[in-house]
Amino acid sequence: MSEARTAPEENRPMIEMRNVQKWFGEFQVLKDVSLSVQRGERVVVCGPSGSGKSTMIRCINRLEEHQQGQIFVDGIELTDDIRHIEAIRREVGMVFQQFNLFPHLTVLDNLTLAPVWVRRMPKREAEELAMHYLERVHIAEQARKYPGQLSGGQQQRVAIARSLCMKPQIMLFDEPTSALDPEMIKEVLDVMVALAEEGMTMVVVTHEMGFARQVANQMVFMDHGEIVEIAPPSSFFTTPKSDRTRLFLSQILGH
Amino acid sequence: MNGAATRALDIGSSYRWARVNLFNSWFSALLTVAIVLALVRLVPPIINWAVLRASVNAPNIGVCHESGGACWAFITDWYRFLLFGRFPYDQQWRPAAVIVIFVALLLASCDRRLMGRGLAVLWILGLACVGVLMWGGVFGMPLVETDLWNGLPLTLILAVGGIALSFPLALLLALGRRSAMPAVRALSVGYIEIVRGLPFIVWLFMGVVMVPLFLPPNFFIPKLWRLEIVFILFIAAYVAEVVRGGLQAIPRGQFEASAALGLGYWRQMRLVVLPQALGISIPPLVGTFIGAFKDTALVTTVGFFDLLQDATVGMNDPTWRGAYVEAYAFVALIYFVFCYFMSRYSRYIETRLGKGRR
Repeated sequence: MSEARTAPEENRPMIEMRNVQKWFGEFQVLKDVSLSVQRGERVVVCGPSGSGKSTMIRCINRLEEHQQGQIFVDGIELTDDIRHIEAIRREVGMVFQQFNLFPHLTVLDNLTLAPVWVRRMPKREAEELAMHYLERVHIAEQARKYPGQLSGGQQQRVAIARSLCMKPQIMLFDEPTSALDPEMIKEVLDVMVALAEEGMTMVVVTHEMGFARQVANQMVFMDHGEIVEIAPPSSFFTTPKSDRTRLFLSQILGH
Repeated sequence: MNGAATRALDIGSSYRWARVNLFNSWFSALLTVAIVLALVRLVPPIINWAVLRASVNAPNIGVCHESGGACWAFITDWYRFLLFGRFPYDQQWRPAAVIVIFVALLLASCDRRLMGRGLAVLWILGLACVGVLMWGGVFGMPLVETDLWNGLPLTLILAVGGIALSFPLALLLALGRRSAMPAVRALSVGYIEIVRGLPFIVWLFMGVVMVPLFLPPNFFIPKLWRLEIVFILFIAAYVAEVVRGGLQAIPRGQFEASAALGLGYWRQMRLVVLPQALGISIPPLVGTFIGAFKDTALVTTVGFFDLLQDATVGMNDPTWRGAYVEAYAFVALIYFVFCYFMSRYSRYIETRLGKGRR
């Protein structure tokens, strides 16, 4: 895999997308997307629905395939090579809008599955690790339950803990609070803020602008499959350069 | 409370129960009356024939006919042939033991403490014993050729072997049919559609009669194993479609979440997707297995002495000629016991899996 690495270890970006293009049939969902995320950086992606933001972060762990351009994750290029894809997926955690916990396994088994089968960790060690992360997301007492017995907010926290058990370098969040009842959004955001404070590299697709202001280093605004604007939150929210950004911000912050 | 009051209460409450459950509309009242009439007409004659006027010790069918009831004497006289067919008479304790082993294995499968690896080991040991007992040739048991494996043991060996060995193949076919690789998909679809497109009897004739014509003369597979292979390949196509139905019910998110955790394709399937898909496929799966169990009766058409064929031979014996109903009733009872067991077993597994999930 070393031949696919590009830059020296220290200063190369964790995620680098270069002129990425993607089509669904005739429809172009990603137009010339270029983005670079440094180690420890928190990037929040926002934009109207259908703007391609979910597709973009799903390209980072190859849940979606890009058709042109290049994507490097921790220096490894994403190609058809399944070994590269699996190596990257081991280092990249993902949290989904619909949680996607495994309903036939207990919370604990959801967490230990990947460490045991992918990292070859002994079962007992994996369970200790799982309990550690369950405590971190304040849900250790639910370890023996099945996902279906938990509330949405609890399920999403379990999903975050499940990703963390793989000790990922990068965490991707695809609208993690969009499927939650309002009273549960905070408990999930609190966990994400704590994660950000520890220096995790994060790419978050969300409409939670309060969260964005609090943790983001960079704001990315997407519309119609292209990145319209990239800016630090301070200038992004106060002096957006593009009219489209301004319109979008007025729509979601307006009321 | 005194006795009279209790009785009055009973009558009152059963009257209410009947109103609610049996006579709540003119249509259900009509149905109730019709069913009661039918039962009155049918049940007493059946009891009369099967129990009251039945003969258990008659020497031949003529004596049975004099008392006008069922001729169970035929069964008591012939049960060993019905169960074991032409297996050497003095060695029939061996197939009897085989039946006991199968029943014990099925019952052991119901014990939740044995679930998992222990049960698999038990089944492998059990089936090894079945093989040794049927074949013989060791421990002082004379060798018995597969042609003489008749009756219930044959039915059970075909059914259990067919169901157990078709299952892994079916999983591969079902996954193949949903594969991203066009060649794999085409092969799976082709296999499934061709196998399902012809009647089982046609495949039986092909396997037993035609396949040997194409094989080199010194390459000989005993007829029983050709039959078992045909049976496995046939059931697999049906089971594959049932499993595919289950696979299609699994949300995309399950595939994505397991892929995002770094699990490769086979582990995604084995650890995340198939356990869920099979869980929801249990009712149709058991339906298919029950069908397969009963399909074993079709091996008669290629000259095998399964349970049903043994009964046919028995009822044509000069001493008992005409004991059709008795012979079929006996065979039907055995089929029913096994099918009913499978049906209950599936309910049991479903409740166990369902616990705590939803």
